[in-house]
Amino acid sequence: MTIQELIPLIEAVNKTPQADLGREVLCGYTCDLLSWVMGHGQEGMAWVTVQTHMNVIAVALLSDMACVIMPENIEMEQESLDKAQAEGMCVLMSPLSGYEICGRMHASGIPDKE
Amino acid sequence: MSQTLLHAEYPVEAEDYTCAGEASADIKRKLKQLGVSSNVLRRVAVASYEVELNLVIHSEGGALTLEVTPEQVTLISRDRGPGIPNLELAMREGWSTASETARSLGFGAGMGLPNMKRNADTFAIDSTVGEGTTIEMGFRLA
Repeated sequence: MTIQELIPLIEAVNKTPQADLGREVLCGYTCDLLSWVMGHGQEGMAWVTVQTHMNVIAVALLSDMACVIMPENIEMEQESLDKAQAEGMCVLMSPLSGYEICGRMHASGIPDKE
Repeated sequence: MSQTLLHAEYPVEAEDYTCAGEASADIKRKLKQLGVSSNVLRRVAVASYEVELNLVIHSEGGALTLEVTPEQVTLISRDRGPGIPNLELAMREGWSTASETARSLGFGAGMGLPNMKRNADTFAIDSTVGEGTTIEMGFRLA
C-alpha cells in the first residue's frame, strides 16, 4: 500500500506537501519512546507517535521510514514539519487514536515489523 | 595502513537537543554518496545517532570522528566527561541515568549502548570517571 492509499484509510491529512506519496508502506508500528524506536525502526515503516519534536524526524529519517503519523489530530511543531519537508519525510495527521490507526493498517494488510 | 576514503569530525554539544541528530544525518549522507550498502548504512545510522544522543544527554560535550577505508567504517566518540562509574550496568538494557528533559523527549530508555553494540561489528568502550568516555565502533564493508 502506498502513502497515497494510506491517507483515506486512516482519514489523515498530509502535513508535508512535498513528500513522495507514491512511496510504499512496508510495515506499521507505534511507540513514543524514541530510544526504543531507534532499535526497532525499519525501512518503509509507518510510525504512529504522539511525540512532536525534531528528533522524531531524525529517527524516522535514519531508519528510512515511509511516514510518521500523528494520532488524535496532534499538531506537530512547525520546526519539525520544516525539517521533514526539507529532508523528504512524510508526516500525516489523523483524527483517529493510535489504536484505531494501527487496527485499520493491520486489517488492510500492512504487516508488523519483522 | 589502508587508504582513507573519508575522514570527518563532528563536535557535539551537551544538552543541545535541537541539533541532536545532525551529525548522524551528515554521516549517513556521506556514506550514501560513497555507495555504502543499505544494510551497513542503516546500522551505522542507528549506532551514530545513539552515540550522538549519548553525548547530548550524558556528556559534558565531545566529538564524533568518522573514518572510512575500503574495508571498514569506523566511528569514534570521545567526550570530556563525566565518565561512567559502572560500565556493566550502563551496558544493561533498560538501565539509564538520563535527565527528566531527555526522558520527556522520549529518550533514556536505557537502550543506547546495547543498541550500538548490536548494530556494530566491533564495539569497544573505555571510560574513566572524571576524565571521559571513548567508544569505538567498526562496521565491515568487505
